[in-house]
Amino acid sequence: MRTLLLAALLASTSLPVLAQEPTQTLKIALAEDADILDPTLARTFVGRIVFMGLCDKLFDINQKLEIIPQLATSFEYADPKTLILHIRPGVTFHDGEKLDAAAVKYSLERHATMAGSTRKAELSAMDHVDVVDPLTVKVSLKAPSAPFISQLADRAGMIVSPKAAEAAGKDFGLHPVCAGPFKFAERVAQDHITLDRFPGYWDAANIHFARVTYQIMVNSAAKFANLQAGAVDIAERLAATDVPAAKANSKIKVDIIPSLGYQAMEFNISRKDGAKTETGQSALVRKALELSIDRKALVDVVYNGIHTPVAQGVPASSPFYAKDIAVPGRDIAKAKALLAQAGVKLPVPVTLTVSTNPDQQQSGEVIQSMAAEAGFDVKVRATEFTALLAQEDSGEFQAALEGWSGRVDPDGDVYTFLHTGAPLNNWQYSNKDVDTWLDAARVTNDQAERRALYAKVFTKAHEELPLMYLYTTSWVTALSTKITGFQPVADGMIRLQGLALAK
Amino acid sequence: MSSHLGRRIAQILPTLLLVSILVFCLQQLMPGDPALVLAGEERDPAVLEQIRAELWLDRPLPVQYFHWIGGVVQGDLGFSWRIRQPVLELVRTKLPVTLQLGAMAFIIAVSIGVPMGILSAVKRNTKWDYLANTIGLAGLSTPNFWLGIMLILLVSVKLGWLPPSGYVPLTEDWRQSLATTIMPAFVLGNAIAAVLMRHTRSAMLTAMDQDYVRTARAKGLTETRVILKHALRNALVPVITLGALELGTLLSGAVLTEQVFSVPGFGKLIVDAVFNRDYPVVQGVVLVTATVYVMLNLLADILYVVINPRLRVS
Repeated sequence: MRTLLLAALLASTSLPVLAQEPTQTLKIALAEDADILDPTLARTFVGRIVFMGLCDKLFDINQKLEIIPQLATSFEYADPKTLILHIRPGVTFHDGEKLDAAAVKYSLERHATMAGSTRKAELSAMDHVDVVDPLTVKVSLKAPSAPFISQLADRAGMIVSPKAAEAAGKDFGLHPVCAGPFKFAERVAQDHITLDRFPGYWDAANIHFARVTYQIMVNSAAKFANLQAGAVDIAERLAATDVPAAKANSKIKVDIIPSLGYQAMEFNISRKDGAKTETGQSALVRKALELSIDRKALVDVVYNGIHTPVAQGVPASSPFYAKDIAVPGRDIAKAKALLAQAGVKLPVPVTLTVSTNPDQQQSGEVIQSMAAEAGFDVKVRATEFTALLAQEDSGEFQAALEGWSGRVDPDGDVYTFLHTGAPLNNWQYSNKDVDTWLDAARVTNDQAERRALYAKVFTKAHEELPLMYLYTTSWVTALSTKITGFQPVADGMIRLQGLALAK
Repeated sequence: MSSHLGRRIAQILPTLLLVSILVFCLQQLMPGDPALVLAGEERDPAVLEQIRAELWLDRPLPVQYFHWIGGVVQGDLGFSWRIRQPVLELVRTKLPVTLQLGAMAFIIAVSIGVPMGILSAVKRNTKWDYLANTIGLAGLSTPNFWLGIMLILLVSVKLGWLPPSGYVPLTEDWRQSLATTIMPAFVLGNAIAAVLMRHTRSAMLTAMDQDYVRTARAKGLTETRVILKHALRNALVPVITLGALELGTLLSGAVLTEQVFSVPGFGKLIVDAVFNRDYPVVQGVVLVTATVYVMLNLLADILYVVINPRLRVS
């Protein structure tokens, strides 16, 4: 009887404690090393994955791409230029400091003003921030901004400990202190980043690992081998060529989800020699090139069919996707007719710059062979990615294959590429109507009106083709079957809340 | 001899200065703008300007060089633009990894290459010679990355004997450290073993024809003693030169192997730095590599004297 009582006592005391204190380590293979771990200065995709463990944001997005609360419990607009944020009570930073409205104001101002901040453009609509009370923040905007709230669901909405940030200055990223589920433990550049569970996390009940280690594995074959050997639990961006083998492995499950980003072919239409070409001067020629390409065949041949053909700047999963813009099929006869109508001499020379990634080069070669049938002489010029960026920036290219990682709000996917004078409008496309529609879509919060405006933008862009959207990229995440609770979201992030080891 | 060594030591500083100027100038020829890489996907023009100003990229090249070299002579190699860690700290953490990997690879190479070279020379034109040559040729012809992936699939995935990748420092857990580095070390050592084997063979064949070997045999010494004490000792001089060069190459030449086995070493550091235009890291790593390389060659010069008494006289 005494034994039974003792057992009952143990069951009522020790077991819940054990349940609350996970001991396992989660190992995640990253395809490359992150850059600096300071949300104000960071710029890499993998850095964002690490921040998912380290730094909570004011808002997050769910699988339906809806904005959901995280450090802010809710928001409302007092007027179109005044955003009120209600901060979650009882949240502490990893250093024990309280997360309150003052900390939110500090972080937003740091993102917007710090020298070298890569968040400046994202928060450019913000004028100033006021603390209303310890849990309420008022953000005054320069002009109404529909995409602003979505910026707070990414790095621009990450809140850092003001005390730690002030003390560390520009070196904050060496020992970041935020309010995420895990706190920074160690980083060995190009090898691993280790985070330890933060017991004071506001949503600690949803965290089931004591430690998470992000292992850098650049070589895709080695990454897959590590997953097969059980040395890592999750591998992000598994190579398309490894997908069939991963699917055939009973110990691995593969999650493929269309991303927010795309791959496109850009045409230089206004700058330097690249613009003085047939593709630079004639929309008919660009249209002919588009009709010579079978997007589905391209995706099937190079990527085992994991990506989705698209002809606009947002994925089909986006509420702003214009259903009327169908992906054109391959039509060689029509392509030839368009070239005849344009009156160009055949074959039409096209120098297509691609990065040195094997799949990009292969994509270039597939396009080369398809376009040849319509009368194009495509030369594929493989250039190291950093050099490719410089060529695009200086306008020294005719056509180039480039990707975009995608944003939750379409403004981030379109404005900077198609608006006159925008930073990534490398080809200097300029159309007054497009500018007007983009500006209007930026300031209205009426979703139906925004949808209609973006549909007009995509239709015009598809007519004039300054950039030819080819396909929506997909995220391929491979996991050990021992891992449960993974929720793939179109932003490609690995959220740690809810992840656990199967019993 | 001491004057010879003195001359070699005196050459070190000008060599390193030249290397510093060369690496600084050559990287300016690389296409691409570091600020574009650092400004993120959006590449906001205002941010680009700020980055250029902060990193002195908007100043004349000589000013940039003297700013950097001024720090170097005071022991400050700058900080990584990409991850903001001090370059010295990166070197301090990466160099031991590559040195351990290089040393293990070298031990494996010498243990395989030199005995095989001797065997091949002594048993010239026999099946042993042909076998050693075939193994050597296979070692030379096998691409490192392929052998690496095959080893991971066989030893780690199929058999589960060794961890597929990663690195544990010797000081933390020496068993685990050896377990994580033995496969990459074998892959690296394999190619060097083949080179060492062929050079040892050829040097041994030359030595075996020399008068002093005939004299040693005439004195009635055992064949083992003739080979190991007389022929091999002389034959080792070119092998040591080659060994020092190969060991130096391992510092930066282990890139592919480090990538395949995810070993956070020097090769991986410099390749990532070059691709990201992280100039301070490129400059720092090249300078440290050059210093180690120069030191290894000096060590080889000293070893000649130890191995070959004739050099002491001359």
